[in-house]
Amino acid sequence: MHGLEFDIAHFLAGGMVVVSLLLLYQDRLYALINVFALHSLVLALAVGWQAYIQEAHHLYVTAGIALVFKALFIPAALHRIIQQLGIHRALDVVGGVGRDLLAGAALVALAILVMLPVTVGADAVAREDLAFSLAVVLLGLLLMINRQNAVSLVVGFMSLENGLVLAAAGARGMPLAVEISVAFSVLIALIVIGIFLFRIRERFDSVDMQAMDAFRGERRR
Amino acid sequence: MSTLGLTAMTALLAVPAGAALLLVGLSNYRRGARLNVGAALISLLASITLFWTRPDANVYLRVDDFNIYLIVLNNLVSFTTSVFSAGYIAHELETGRLTPKYLRFYHAMYQALVFAMNLAFLANNIGLLWVAIELATLVTVLMVGIYRTRAALEAAWKYFILGSLGIALALFGTIMVYLAAQPVIGQGLPAMAWDQLLTHAHAFDPALLNLAFIFLLLGYGTKAGLVPLHAWLPDAHAEGPTPISAVLSGLLLNVALYAVLRFKMLMSAHPQALAPGPLMIGMGLLSLLFAGFMFYRRGDIKRLFAYSSIEHMGIITFAFGMGGPLANFAGLLHMTMHSLTKSAIFFAVGHISQVKGTQRISNIRGLTATHPLLGWGLAAGVVAIAGMPPFGVFMSEFLVVSSTFAREPWLALPLVLGLLLGFGALLWRLHGMAFGESHGANAPGPSPISALPMIAHLALVFIAGFWLPGPLVVWFQHVAVLLG
Repeated sequence: MHGLEFDIAHFLAGGMVVVSLLLLYQDRLYALINVFALHSLVLALAVGWQAYIQEAHHLYVTAGIALVFKALFIPAALHRIIQQLGIHRALDVVGGVGRDLLAGAALVALAILVMLPVTVGADAVAREDLAFSLAVVLLGLLLMINRQNAVSLVVGFMSLENGLVLAAAGARGMPLAVEISVAFSVLIALIVIGIFLFRIRERFDSVDMQAMDAFRGERRR
Repeated sequence: MSTLGLTAMTALLAVPAGAALLLVGLSNYRRGARLNVGAALISLLASITLFWTRPDANVYLRVDDFNIYLIVLNNLVSFTTSVFSAGYIAHELETGRLTPKYLRFYHAMYQALVFAMNLAFLANNIGLLWVAIELATLVTVLMVGIYRTRAALEAAWKYFILGSLGIALALFGTIMVYLAAQPVIGQGLPAMAWDQLLTHAHAFDPALLNLAFIFLLLGYGTKAGLVPLHAWLPDAHAEGPTPISAVLSGLLLNVALYAVLRFKMLMSAHPQALAPGPLMIGMGLLSLLFAGFMFYRRGDIKRLFAYSSIEHMGIITFAFGMGGPLANFAGLLHMTMHSLTKSAIFFAVGHISQVKGTQRISNIRGLTATHPLLGWGLAAGVVAIAGMPPFGVFMSEFLVVSSTFAREPWLALPLVLGLLLGFGALLWRLHGMAFGESHGANAPGPSPISALPMIAHLALVFIAGFWLPGPLVVWFQHVAVLLG
């Protein structure tokens, strides 16, 4: 492993963790979506770099999907949804931004402490990627549980999937089936989510998850 | 010889996939229902063919001793459910809860689900298994939300978010298994194939394998509805169409459990890896006891039986967690018995909620007097699922309890407590619903033909209480040893 190759891979994967942390403290929907686009862009670069250093050409496809689909198409679609629903407003962050960031930092530390000792045998790039991608996954989970808004829930989930793609790209020689399926699943996910967002608006007059939480099938009499 | 097997294996995937495409374009719902039943029947016949002639495994698909039997069970229940669904759906159309446009979509999704579940069982590749379970999740999300009511959308949304999270964790675990396998087997597809993984599992890095298993257990455990990852399950069962509740409970939970068991086999094949037993025993007991307590406050009949599914998934996970030939045997038997019984119960419940026009338990009274077939059918189903003799569930639960007493007497205490809790609640609820003074709406019952699937399932469970066919016992014993 050449020093520079490793350093760039390390820089890009670390960049994803930083952007994940950025996602945590966005308090406007448009800003959240723009940062998500940046997240996907960094992912595309990281996967593209992996494709180059591993000489695994199928990974360029994965990088392309990340770039076109996740960094351009989905953010544009989400912008449109927000406009159509007229929900352009500030987000409620449960428990405040400071606490979120502290929790985020703790999760990153946890991911590294768990992953690095376990993967001593694996090669260095895969090792770094796996630790960082676990951090991205955990930060995505944190984003999902801390937001009341359906759109930010979706963004949280997609940032989590970005972390998974990073892990899959770092695993040397992992067959293409998985990457395509991940991209494919996100495509279907968007369709499902799109339908849901519109239906939710129709029935609840809000995309605020608390409006839904108040309603439990069990209490209906 | 193996050409026939290959054809059968291909048919198991191609028939549901082709039928799903055809059904999208078919606007007549009667023809749609007939095509749905026909396609399910062909898949069932194809799956039975596999008993005689088994195709050679390739890097993507494989039929082996473990999955063959579950494939047949899967196609049997999806066939009987499609028969039940034809009658059920006609009624929903009359009452206007569904429109022909949605029915077209419903039938296509049904076949897509059968395709996804068959693919999950047949997959020889852990990536393909993941894709199949992801597909099954997305399809069922769409079906749960099909009524478009507030409650149905809430249920579908919750299921979607929790299901996707589970799926995401499982993918992370899958990638880690590949990373553990890659230095030993080499890069590429073989490092994701079950047969290769199992032969080389002893040489994998144990720490990586341990971490992978935790992710896989949490991920696929969410799909299997194990406590504390069960929150989606009661809502999804209660708010979707009843045929889907039957398939979710009877089949999809089995698919998720099958995935966990496959990875458990990998763990058992490695001497230094973490023993998966205690984790599975813990989650199993927790599910069992939690569901036992939750039974008592349920007001909705489908929710009641959804919690019963959590309870039984708990028992099965517990049994496989105990391990050893006897407990594994009991777990496999219980998996089969639960599938058959629970889908029979949902068939009865579907008709009952249609004739009564409600799912509220307090509005359902005296069924044996007004609708003898449904009332007694439900009674038989509940008695069976509560674990009373002479039904097959009694036999499998008895085996679980006795093997636990023999090996870990202290664990038998919470196990028996959980079983008794469920037993009491179910019989108490049954008494109110089946007997006493009838009141409320009383539409005429379904035709005996649409009750056939229920009767057939109950008959199978009843027979299994006395006698299991010889080949089945041999198969159970063989797989029980494989599972370790």
